[in-house]
Parts: sequence; structure tokens; C-alpha cells
Amino acid sequence: MTTFNDSDPRMADERETTEGKVFTVQGNDWDELLHDLSSTPPQERIIVNMGPQHPSTHGVLRLILELDGETVTEARCGIGYLHTGIEKNMEFRTWTQGVTFVTRMDYLSPFFNETAYCLGVEKLLGITDQIPERANVIRVMMMELNRISSHLVCLATGGMELGALTAMTFGFRERELVLDVFEMITGLRMNHAYIRPGGLAQDLPEGAEQKVRELLKILPGRLKDTADLLVDNTIWKGRTVGVGTLDLAGCMALGITGPILRSTGLPHDLRKSQPYCGYENYDFEVPVQTSADAYGRFLIRIAEMGESMKIIAQCLDRLKPGPVMIEDKKIAWPAQLAHGADGTGNSFEHIRQIMGTSMEALIHHFKLVTEGFKVPAGQVYAAIESPRGELGVHLVSDGGTRPYRVHFRDPSFTNLQATAAMCEGAQIADVVAAVASIDPVMGGVDR
Amino acid sequence: MSVPFGLDPGWLILLKSLVIFVFLVLVTLFTIWLERRIVARMQMRIGPNRVGPFGLVQGLADGVKLALKQDIIPALADRSVFILAPIISATTCFIAFAVIPLGPTVSIFGTWTNLQLTDFPVAVLFVLAIASIGIYGIVLAGWSSGSTYPLLGALRSSAQMISYEIAMGLSLVAVFLYAGSMSTSEIVSAQQNVWYVVLLLPSFVIYATSMVGETNRAPFDLPEAEGELVGGFHTEYSSLKFALFFLAEYINMVTVSALATTLFLGGWRAPAPISTIWEGANSGWWPLVWFVAKLFAFIFVFIWLRGTLPRLRYDQFMKFGWKVLIPVSLVWIVIVATARALRQSANVDSSSLLVVVGVILTILVVLSFVLDAMISRRMPSEIEPEPEFDAFAGGFPVPPLPGQKLPTPAASAQTISSTEGDSRG
Repeated sequence: MTTFNDSDPRMADERETTEGKVFTVQGNDWDELLHDLSSTPPQERIIVNMGPQHPSTHGVLRLILELDGETVTEARCGIGYLHTGIEKNMEFRTWTQGVTFVTRMDYLSPFFNETAYCLGVEKLLGITDQIPERANVIRVMMMELNRISSHLVCLATGGMELGALTAMTFGFRERELVLDVFEMITGLRMNHAYIRPGGLAQDLPEGAEQKVRELLKILPGRLKDTADLLVDNTIWKGRTVGVGTLDLAGCMALGITGPILRSTGLPHDLRKSQPYCGYENYDFEVPVQTSADAYGRFLIRIAEMGESMKIIAQCLDRLKPGPVMIEDKKIAWPAQLAHGADGTGNSFEHIRQIMGTSMEALIHHFKLVTEGFKVPAGQVYAAIESPRGELGVHLVSDGGTRPYRVHFRDPSFTNLQATAAMCEGAQIADVVAAVASIDPVMGGVDR
Repeated sequence: MSVPFGLDPGWLILLKSLVIFVFLVLVTLFTIWLERRIVARMQMRIGPNRVGPFGLVQGLADGVKLALKQDIIPALADRSVFILAPIISATTCFIAFAVIPLGPTVSIFGTWTNLQLTDFPVAVLFVLAIASIGIYGIVLAGWSSGSTYPLLGALRSSAQMISYEIAMGLSLVAVFLYAGSMSTSEIVSAQQNVWYVVLLLPSFVIYATSMVGETNRAPFDLPEAEGELVGGFHTEYSSLKFALFFLAEYINMVTVSALATTLFLGGWRAPAPISTIWEGANSGWWPLVWFVAKLFAFIFVFIWLRGTLPRLRYDQFMKFGWKVLIPVSLVWIVIVATARALRQSANVDSSSLLVVVGVILTILVVLSFVLDAMISRRMPSEIEPEPEFDAFAGGFPVPPLPGQKLPTPAASAQTISSTEGDSRG
């Protein structure tokens, strides 16, 4: 291979180490690549390498655009700049520890990642029916709050990319309110690891319900302000109506889900068609549009935030006192968290009990935390409706305390396939609007 | 008292030039601060408030920091042109201000002079010409950077500025017709009784729109559209050269606002209630206050637009310039010319006629936009779902939408001989 390496300067340099081959990727070969790939002389067409560092690429998406003047003749996506090896890493951690990994994938919708993963683990364990009612209600409430915060970021960044700076600050301001609630309940603004196989890490703290109720009072007015800025704005409509269109057949062929699919008129929402966590008991609508363009998706996201608020209000009414973790002590995480002088941790009473009074409890605690619980061999697929579409998880267990394989069907990844279909033949400015309407989160795409 | 231009002593000319230069730089620093504070307030933020009282010196601090940054010239850049471009941009924007009248005749150290560096019979054309030269700065910057984004930004901005200069020039024709002069000081004195914003409202609207396009400000900031072209024509610029472009953008904003004040808002003349109550409002140094107040009113609108509107797309922007602004200008010029001719030949009071026609025209244009919006809103409801559902119409099997019915499996499995009635389960 080394001889081939010398002949082709584009090949990565490699050297042998004790851990195997190490490749050093150099880059700087863009001009040569361009020259080799183009059939026409390079000076007759412009190829713009948009990203991975670019204000409008949602993190580190790389768009390779071939331009004819202002018109995009060919658009391709380059992904992988945020690959973190989460799926592989999970094979070396217990089932419970997996939650702390998945919450970091699509960092704008952590509760969805956690719930999808936990639903999968619970399905493998066969304990789906034993999850306490309160845990399910809180899961739904957190997911719907998360849907609002995620859609707000989509509107905010989408607005900023089209030059609407005030929409951006408004969106992030409202998201902050939701994140405050997350912080109060889970202790963190993102990467919560709050939803665990079997239930939740801990119950709602005191005053949390009140805080969510206050949020529900403030949010509708604030969201209306943001929507008023853009919904009837002539320039905004000019930039988004008829831009980034993808019809139903295109969505089906590419496996597109979420607001993009619903903007074609198909009311496909897993919360309705394949309910989980008790969604069948809530009263809400699935907003659809028939325009199949960026403007339709924008309207759908705004309407979905309203529906989410309806669901959250119903969740608050359903919150009855009760356990938030499964009864089965072989699965339930043996923590009883409390606030101490040095922050949140295991409560003093709990530690005194397991350390001082019961040898069996200590052994059980130690085994469950360090080794984890065993999951019967088999494989499952569990899917939920994330803000971006169908978030599926494929889990394979070989009967041990660690997953054999975890794979996520992240909607950002699948939806990003539509970039070429949406952008080719449009203006360069439309690429920005179309990608913003896809709302890809690169953490979820690359995992 | 009027003093002819061009007879100032040398020291006075130097003094005036220096004062205008300092005035522009100070106004720029103040505008940057104002913009950041106002936009912050609109966006529920606080804005800079640390450096100096109310953060007023923030702009200066940023400028010093910018000047001390490393100056990078890309390897692929054409060095001499790359250095020349920001200089062209910055110098031309200062020059244009020379013909703006800041006030009436005043006494400076015992010498009576006009509060204006110079004036000549084609002063407004001079401003337009200088603005055109300023475009070279942007085009050359984009071209010489040797990179894609700046090139695209430069192409956009040359097309944009040329088309909007046409609209701008046409909007000024009505002013020339009415004032009977292209000299800025004479245009101001022609507005003694009534400002041209009242008399020539459509011209003002067109000018105000095209001046936003001319200065590359939101919502027409396509040459530097951050979301698309990163920094547009100045993507590759850094340090002092970037600062020059930045300075030029803000001074251009001040210059077009000053020109708008001069041509449409009576220049340095006091606004209506003040001028009638107070005799001395239009003499001495006081007019400078009115002038600066009007100037900042325009600048506030610039900032307001930036805080409110998204950016237009390039083709929509060009369409707006060529298909709306320029035709409307042409029609309006014909109306103004007709009114002038009527007044001269038939002795009709054309002023009030023009105001009425102008208001009607403006209302018509606004109405057409509203009507467009209403029609487009009604459009979706008129689309009816297709009666026959064809799952393969798009080339890929799709599920039925709400309201559509899937042909029953039994019927579709049958041969073609089955009747229409059977297939409708």
C-alpha cells in the first residue's frame, strides 16, 4: 500500500503503531480533486465548498455546490465531521450507562434520544407494561417541552440564516425558558441522562409543576410574537414559499419523516399511528400543510409547538403521586437522590442503610451499578416521533449486561438525503433556506 | 445673506474639510454604538454598556482592536488591487459629503461663509458619480481576493448597485424639475415653503428604498449575506483593510441619509411647527441641530429595518428594482413633468395637484402589495384534492392522503374488464 501511497498524493499518510495503523489526513487537495473530477475545464464552472465551517451549515455540515452563476446545478452533502463513535462506545458500557451516550447524539432533542433508547431496552426486557404511570407522564411532558425548545432553535437559526436576526434572539430567548425548566428538573440544560431504562433517574423536584405551569402561561404570547414577525412577512414568504420543495413521492423514496413529510399533506406522526408512552390518551392534532415547501414546514413547526403546549397541560393534570421507577429491584437504579451540602447525590439515609445495616443491599447496589442488569438475548426496533421525524433505535442483545449492537435511525441523517433533491436547480440563497427547513442536527447525523 | 461658493480663504477650506472628516468619523462611531444598542433593545438584549458612559466608546475600542489585528493577504490574491480596493471604498465615501449643506451662512472667525465645503451646479450628480466610483472598491475587492465567496459577493453587489443607482437617479429627476437646479444649496432653498417629501412623495419613497439597496444594508445586504456568502466581498479581508470597508459602509449610510435630508426633508431647515413659532430657527448655527436630527432619523430607520426584516433573495431583489422601482419612477417623472408644463402654460396650481396625485399613486402601490398578499393567502384554499388517487403518480408508491381513497385490493387485482363502479369500494 505504501507504494500506491507515494504515487497518489491524496492518500493519507500512514504509520504503524503498537495499536495498529494510524492515518494522518492532510487535506489541501481540493484543487487537484476538482481538476480530476471535472470533465469540463475547471474555469468554466464554480464549485463552492460550503462548510464545514460556514455560518449556515448547522454546525459542521459540508455542502459541495456546483454553481452556474447564482443557480445551483449540483448539490452534495459531506457529513462525518462530528462523528463521535457513540454507537460503538455503547457496546462497552452497561445498558443504563447507554443513556448518557445517546443523550449527546442529537443535542437539541436529548429527551427523545433517551426515551427511544429506553423504550428499546424496556421492550427487550419485556417490562414495557410495568413502567409506572407517573414516569410515563413525565416522559411525555419532558419530550413535549423538548419539542418546543428544539423547534425554537430551528426557527431561530433558520431565521438568522435568512437574515432575520430578531427572530433568532426571540427564539433563543424562549428556548432559555424551557431550558430553565429542564435545569430545575434534571440539573442540566442538555445531556440530561434523566430518562433511564425502567423509569426516570429521579422524581420531579418540589415546585417543578408550578414552574411548568408558569411557563405555559408565558409561552403562548411569546411564541405568537415570534410567529408574528415572520408568518405574514412578505420577504420571509418570498424566501420560503416554493423553496426546497419535495413532494410526497420524493419523501417516500428517500425515507423522509417529520415536518418535511407532513408538509406534503400526509399526517404521519408516530405519536398517533404507533403510540408509545401513553400518547393514545392525549388529545392533540397533527398539523399538516400541503405546500411541501420550506414555508409549510415553518408553519407546521409553529403549529406543533401549540399542540405540544396542549399535551403538556394535559400531562400536568395527569400527574398523580406515585413511583417513577419500576418496582423490580433487579432493574431499578438503586439511587435515592437528595440535595446535600455538596450538591445532588445519594441521600444520607440511603447510604447509611446500604452501608451500615444491610450487607445484601450493599452487594446488590454494587453489582447493579458496576456490572449492570442482564438483558435477554434478542433484537428490537423501537421508534418515536422526534421533532425531526422518526427516531428509531435498533438494539441487539446477546444476553449480557452490555448491548451487542446499538444503532440509531436518526431523522436528521435520513432527512439530509433530501438536500440534493431540494436544492438542485434553485438559487444559492435557496440552499440555505432549504437546509434550514430540513433542520439537521449534525450531532444526530454523525453520532 | 448669501455668500457665493469658491471664494473661501484657504485656511477656511482646510478647516471645513477637517471638520467634515472628524464629523463623519464621529458620526460613524456613534452610529455603530447606536445600532448595537437599538438592535439590542429590539431583541431584548442590553448591548454594549461597559466601555465609557453607556458604552459609548465601545466603537472606538473595537476599532483600535481591529487595527491591531494581524493583516492577512491571501496567497491567491492580487496584492496591489487587494490593497487598493478598501482605499477606494473609504476615500470616495468621504468625498461625497463635500457638497452636503449642513447649514446656512454663518460667521467663522469673522469670515462669512456657507456651512458647506463646496457647491456647484451639478452637485447631486457629483454625489451619484462618487457613489459609482465607490462600487469599484467592492468589485475590485471581490475580484482580487482570489476566492469564491468574495467573487460572488462582488458580482452581486455590482449588479445590485448599478440597478439601484438607476432607480435612485430617476427618483431625483423630479426634485431637479421642481427645484430647477442640481445644486444642493439651491435645492434646500427651494424647499423654503414646502418640503419635497410632501410634494414629491413617490420620489421620496423610491429614493428611500433605493438608498437602502445602495448602501448594502438589511434587507438588501446581499453582497455580504452572512448566511450564504459568509462575508461577501470582504470575506478575505482582515485588520485595517476590513476596518476601512466597515467605515465606508457606515459613512455611506450617513451620506445617503444626508442626501435624503437635503433633497426631501428641507435640508437644514427647521421642521414646520418650530420654524413658524421661532424666527431664528433657520439662521446661525441652529440649523446644524435640525440637520443632524433628520440625519439620525434616517439612520434609526436603517437600524430598525435591520432589526425587523429578513434578507431578500438576489433575483427577487433585482426584480423589485427593475420591475417596480424603475417603472414607477418613470411614470412619476412623466406626471411631474406634465404638472410642471401645465403650471407654466395653463397657470394651474400644480402643487396641490401633484400632492393629490402623489398620494393616490403611493396608495395604489401599497394597495397592490396588500392585494397580492391577500390573493396569495386565498390561493391554497382553492386547490382541490385530486379526485382520482394514483399511488404511482410521482414515480414512487405513496400512501393516500386524507380525503383520498385507496383502490380496494380486490378491485385492483382484477382484470381491466372490471367496471368503474366495482373499483370504487
